[in-house]
Amino acid sequence: MTGTGKLLRLILRRDRVILPLWVFLLGILPQVYLSSFEKIFTTDAERLDYAHLGAANAGFVALYGLLPGDSMGELVVWRAGFVPVMIGLITLLTVIRHTRADEEAGRSDLIRATVVGRWAQLAAALLATMLGSLVMGLIVTASMIGGGQPAGGSVAFGVLFTLSGWIFAGVAAIAAQLTSSARGARMIAVLVLGAAYVLRLGGDISAQGDGRLEWLSWLSPIGWVQRIFPYGANDWWPAVLGLLFTVASLGVAGYLLTRRDLGAGLLASRLGPAHAGPGLSSPFGLAWRLHRGLLLGWTGGFAALGLVFGGVGGSVVQIAESSSGVADTFAKIGGAGSITDAYFTSTAGICGLIIALYAIQACLRIRDEEQSGHAELILGTAVRRTAWAGGHLFFALLGPAVAMAVEGALAGATFGDFGPVLGASLAQLPAVWVLGSVAVLLIGVLPRFAGVAWGAVAVCLLLLLFGELVEFPQWVMDVSPFTHVPQLPGADFTVVPEMVLVLIAAAVGGAGLTALRRRDIPA
Amino acid sequence: MTEAIDVEGLIKRFGKVTALDGLDLKVRTGEVHGFLGPNGAGKTTTIRVLLGLMRHDGGSARLLGGDPWADATNLHKRLAYVPGDVTFWPNLTGGEVIDLLGRLRGGLDPKRRDDLIERFELDPRKKGRTYSKGNRQKVALIAALASDVELLLLDEPTSGLDPLMEEVFREVILQEKRRGDRTVLLSSHILAEVEALCDRLTIIRDGRSVESGTLDELRHLTRTTIRAELTGPVNGLADLAGVHDLISTDGRVTFDVDAEALEPALKSLVAAGVRSLVSQPPSLEELFLRHYTRGEAGSAK
Ligand SMILES: Nc1ncnc2c1ncn2[C@@H]1O[C@H](COP(=O)(O)OP(=O)(O)OP(=O)(O)O)[C@@H](O)[C@H]1O
Ligand SMILES: [Mg+2]
Repeated sequence: MTGTGKLLRLILRRDRVILPLWVFLLGILPQVYLSSFEKIFTTDAERLDYAHLGAANAGFVALYGLLPGDSMGELVVWRAGFVPVMIGLITLLTVIRHTRADEEAGRSDLIRATVVGRWAQLAAALLATMLGSLVMGLIVTASMIGGGQPAGGSVAFGVLFTLSGWIFAGVAAIAAQLTSSARGARMIAVLVLGAAYVLRLGGDISAQGDGRLEWLSWLSPIGWVQRIFPYGANDWWPAVLGLLFTVASLGVAGYLLTRRDLGAGLLASRLGPAHAGPGLSSPFGLAWRLHRGLLLGWTGGFAALGLVFGGVGGSVVQIAESSSGVADTFAKIGGAGSITDAYFTSTAGICGLIIALYAIQACLRIRDEEQSGHAELILGTAVRRTAWAGGHLFFALLGPAVAMAVEGALAGATFGDFGPVLGASLAQLPAVWVLGSVAVLLIGVLPRFAGVAWGAVAVCLLLLLFGELVEFPQWVMDVSPFTHVPQLPGADFTVVPEMVLVLIAAAVGGAGLTALRRRDIPA
Repeated sequence: MTEAIDVEGLIKRFGKVTALDGLDLKVRTGEVHGFLGPNGAGKTTTIRVLLGLMRHDGGSARLLGGDPWADATNLHKRLAYVPGDVTFWPNLTGGEVIDLLGRLRGGLDPKRRDDLIERFELDPRKKGRTYSKGNRQKVALIAALASDVELLLLDEPTSGLDPLMEEVFREVILQEKRRGDRTVLLSSHILAEVEALCDRLTIIRDGRSVESGTLDELRHLTRTTIRAELTGPVNGLADLAGVHDLISTDGRVTFDVDAEALEPALKSLVAAGVRSLVSQPPSLEELFLRHYTRGEAGSAK
């Protein structure tokens, strides 16, 4: 492991902005929930109402997990129930970025050729990520104790956050050994994360009903950490389970590392066709080959989301019918309109934000192709720049549309209210395209900073997470294109804001394309 | 149309860095033209300007009679390009890449494609990420050579090829040359390759052309080493302009001489009486080393 310290410092330098940012923002999030809950629930009765609603509502359980108690601390933990998924996503991306992505780019050859041990790079990437998670957990604990919450529960809460990071750092460490491409490694790790979320979701919803499938949650690392139940049971042994998983996955990753060559993966590539099929004869044909896996993956994932969201919608209705007080509280938290309307508004909003990641990912393929030298090969033939970029943009525009349509249609069909639910999902698309167009603009004008486009989604996500709690001024909220999307299915469909969003997307994206046509490639 | 490439006073800046600083390059139709220069001299940048990938800041560039930036798409139907550092899409096979690039260029000759694959001993069924550096280079070469185009722009095409494959590459280029209508611009660091293939060559340094012509013309510009055993004392040799590094010890002399001074130098040797004489033309390495480093040496003098 010689050289781990040096590499660790290198990683901390490269990530000096992004690492403290996520560590701090996610660490402080529970405290933000806490203070806003203290403002919203002026009486115990109100808080209890909300807790009972949350515990019984399958929609909420799907999103956040089980709510076993009704203390303020438990409410905050539960409301932050989606955060472990975000932590997992961030840590797995970080680990892969500093291991497999570096190796793929050939930077590792240089590093390992110097006096650096075989494991140093993996060790440094893991150390950086796990230390970050640890600090995040400490911030959670400290800020919750500072907010007047019991110390024991606050420590357990911090452990929950930290372990979420550690577990998926371990998953990523294994994934990075399996494939030879960073893209493939990311795909594997994200799939594991998605599976963990869906298993947790299925098990928890079952736990609300007959409980026959509750064991599903025990297959999911996210299920484990949530079963620590801080401020309630404060169980330590699910945490031990998570810790063991982390240690085991690190061991496996280390073992796999010794079994493979630098640059290679363990999953061998098969031979393919010696001739190109007839489809592979245009920039569009190439774009289809490069994007189809992504499209399939996202559509599949969103199909699953649609089924779950739709399936859970039914129990939202039951709760609305059974208790009117609950409905009032819900309206207060979740916005205007009926409970199911608000439910589908929020699921559509979440889907929109997630699919914006896909739109940006697809747009950034243009920049990837440029940096890897592939663009030079294509543009050295009789292909116009607009045709080359257009092939990728086609999938950036239509890919999210397909995924959202599938999600909305399946959610609507399973819930039994096809049109309105589908409409709510499709209504997000103009906002998604606006975020995609930001990526195109950056690629054209500031290619070296194209990655900043991810930041645009992060800003929208933060506005969604914090916006309802911290009362930002309206103009801050207006920065997010999602603020302007009509709140379907409850509210009326408003054409004008949607048209404006589409026009903005077209103008911004057009400006980016024009700049791309005029600049040097590669730049 | 006698000039496939006509570049004059080309200037290209990257921010504060001036990569091309008044570069001249003329490539006649039908010739194989060597394009040489030390690392960072601006070879790749020149080729990118010629491909319309990059815009130039000054001077003029014409390619096959057209404007490389404005007519890029049309011109690219008539040329093929092999970049210096080739990578491919991880999930496309070599065969697919060859077909794709050929089709995007406007078609390729399937017989010639298969013939080249066989000669270069390439397995076209492997996926992009599993090819070695040399095999990636072969894929790019086959894709370029299989198209029937007027102009080949090759940026260090043989880097990574083993000697056997290099030989195949030379044979193929020589075949092309015999057709007489194909122009090749070949950027290279391999001198033997340049000597074997190129009709004429241009040497650049720091974004400027320092020499251009046939190999013989360039040789003419450099010094020959003479070693002689003399029967009597030689007079005036040391004072002759163009004679350098003269060493004379009891009847033996060794010196370098510029091409212009060769005749007077030999005359003075003959006057002294020659017992034996060895004349060594400049080796290719010496020739290039001199051009590559002349800036520093020249300015020091
Ligand atoms: N995109 C770019 N941005 C900034 N500087 C660049 C860029 N491309 C090239 N340069 C600079 O321009 C100069 C010429 O580079 P170029 O790649 O053309 O050299 P080369 O002759 O091909 O060298 P080599 O033999 O190493 O391939 C170098 O100083 C290089 O650093
Ligand atoms: Mg070069």
